[in-house]
Amino acid sequence: MTSALLFAFSGVAVIAIGLFGLIGRWRIERRVIAFNLVGSGMFLLFGAVAARRAGVDADPVPQAMIITGIVVAFSATALFVALIERLVAETGRSTLPEDTPDEDA
Amino acid sequence: MTPVLFDAGLCVLILGVALASVIVREAFAAIAFFIVYGLLVAIAWTRLDAVDVALAEVAIGAGLTGALFVGAMSRIAQAAEAQAAPRRHPERLAVVGALLLCGGAGAALIFTVLQLPEVAVSLASLAEANLALTGVTNKVTAVLINFRGYDTLLESVVLLVALIGVWSATPDRFWGGPPGLQLAMTQDSVLGFFGAILPPVGFVVGAYLIWIGSSAPGGAFQGGTVWAAMLLLAVLAGLIDPPLVSKRSLRFGLVLGPALFLAIGIAGIFRGSFLGLDPPIAKTLTLAIEVGLAVSIAATLALLVIGKPRRAA
Repeated sequence: MTSALLFAFSGVAVIAIGLFGLIGRWRIERRVIAFNLVGSGMFLLFGAVAARRAGVDADPVPQAMIITGIVVAFSATALFVALIERLVAETGRSTLPEDTPDEDA
Repeated sequence: MTPVLFDAGLCVLILGVALASVIVREAFAAIAFFIVYGLLVAIAWTRLDAVDVALAEVAIGAGLTGALFVGAMSRIAQAAEAQAAPRRHPERLAVVGALLLCGGAGAALIFTVLQLPEVAVSLASLAEANLALTGVTNKVTAVLINFRGYDTLLESVVLLVALIGVWSATPDRFWGGPPGLQLAMTQDSVLGFFGAILPPVGFVVGAYLIWIGSSAPGGAFQGGTVWAAMLLLAVLAGLIDPPLVSKRSLRFGLVLGPALFLAIGIAGIFRGSFLGLDPPIAKTLTLAIEVGLAVSIAATLALLVIGKPRRAA
């Protein structure tokens, strides 16, 4: 198995791990980390799949798109964090209303 | 040690820290694992011959995102202290369902990867053939600023929109104030020491990365992020105050890069195409765009980490 495929499969596994965090975690601040893992895993999958090549130089187009993606993911995360902070300031908790169980409401 | 063995070990480490950042109980431990994850993935990018991506991952994915999380988490932990009360144990059925869903999604993706043709379709030779027209020799920079300039132009606008979004979460009473909290940092602390020593070096490193981006890994995003980190360090060390969000010169700096890029793009219409850079002066234009973008990126990224105004003007 080539290294590119190895990294592609790792990207898939990171996506799955992030997805699990996104579903299995109630605290939104933990979900935002999981969300970043999903994104990062997708970049790794994309970059690794594009790196399966024979003899030619590395393809610069996916690399440029991934750099763009990393910056956009950071912007979205910063906005996400600002909204969480506002939610916590308004409600005193960092869980969404529908995820708040009745017993501790 | 063979390269494949090294890569396999690296993948095991990446998956281990990714899993840890999801399942550990402490939020700060999760952030620490996430930062380590970013550093390890950057090594993976160098193994995939993507050094430009590795630089961006280290600077933004691990560095700035980590700083953003640490700052936000400490504020959330203070504000949401009351919620720590009852610990919830998720129902076993829900956990099994989530595991099945994630396992299924992963299996479907692996199946898709295995269906792909053995060798990826590559635009490398096309980029190589047209590289002379761009005046630069780093193909990733050629793609970012020239071949797919619209991506980068829109990306710089996305950064601005995100900052507007972050500022929009400001309570009315603090609007127009300086972003972030008042910091009480003494000059003789460790942070004060590094805040004084590192920024001059860091600004030179950032400028070098921007300049070298035309011929080697680097560019506006990597260099601009290093500048942003130096600005943050100087703010944290109390050496400079973040400017009022209503300040006109600040806003000029924020839109400088996208505006310059757009102006050069519009000028391109008269010489051929929108965002087309005239080959004889393409290198000059590319460098001008990169410097303008780096200034705006540095200011925007630093302000995104500092966050919304939390005190009145």
